[in-house]
Amino acid sequence: MPKITPKDLARIREKSRQSTTLREGAGRAKVTVHMGTCGIAAGARDIMSALMKEVESRDVKDVLVTTSGCAGLCSREPMITVELLDQPPIKYVDLTKEKMQKIFEDHVMNGNIVNEYALAVGSERAH
Amino acid sequence: MEDLSLHILDIAQNSIAAEASRIEITIREDIRKDLLSIEITDNGAGLDSDTVSRVTDPFYTTRKTRDVGLGLALFNEAVESSNGNLTIKSQKGKGTKVKATFQFSNIDRRPMGNIGETLLVLIIGNPKISFSFLYQKNSKKFSFDTELIKNSINGHLQSSSENIRFIAGTLNDGLKNLGVSA
Repeated sequence: MPKITPKDLARIREKSRQSTTLREGAGRAKVTVHMGTCGIAAGARDIMSALMKEVESRDVKDVLVTTSGCAGLCSREPMITVELLDQPPIKYVDLTKEKMQKIFEDHVMNGNIVNEYALAVGSERAH
Repeated sequence: MEDLSLHILDIAQNSIAAEASRIEITIREDIRKDLLSIEITDNGAGLDSDTVSRVTDPFYTTRKTRDVGLGLALFNEAVESSNGNLTIKSQKGKGTKVKATFQFSNIDRRPMGNIGETLLVLIIGNPKISFSFLYQKNSKKFSFDTELIKNSINGHLQSSSENIRFIAGTLNDGLKNLGVSA
């Protein structure tokens, strides 16, 4: 049996963390809108509304929409994190309603990351 | 922050960060007394008296990630600029009550803004927290409590299209009847 390296462990941990989060809400995807004071002042509520409109108009039943606090990059708000089952989370920054609609269509519905709006791929864990 | 409904969203986010399981938001407009009041009460972690006395200082925060905390400082500024008053009562382990009063007719009082959208974002984004909301406009009232709708939305993702439509519709109708923009 091949030896498991620390890298493998990190990968396994990340994978199970994501699938647990999504299983808890029984969803296929989770979109988190960052709602610290900075996010709200920059327009996070409008982004969340645009996101809810997408869910409502497409009659989506398996996307978990949630909020969290400041992610630590106030100057790049409004910001969201998109997590699809078994894939690393993606942070999108400097959002507008139009960008939110494109991310929902391309990434949440069709699984294609919108690279031009993405900040980074992967977890926030420092190695 | 452009309007008071955004401040309410921000203060409620503090309650969420304090791990509250119930958040109560009460807004009262009393034209005869020329008064607008906003109360946000939670059963979260609460603050000690030393922290309460410092929360409106923008260079004080309970977070460890940076040295500024602007939420309550900005709210306090909105209150003070319209001849109002902000009180924060908190007990460690019991929860926090933030109450703001405004002179309703004051030219610098910020508009309420879209309170319906604030409530919808809070309710949909935080399915494990129960929210109660009361808006009293002179003698008319609209109240909404997520505890009462829990049974009808059980078995679905809170953020499913049906639930968003249902909650948004209930809030919009109630606020519209009251003459408040939602």
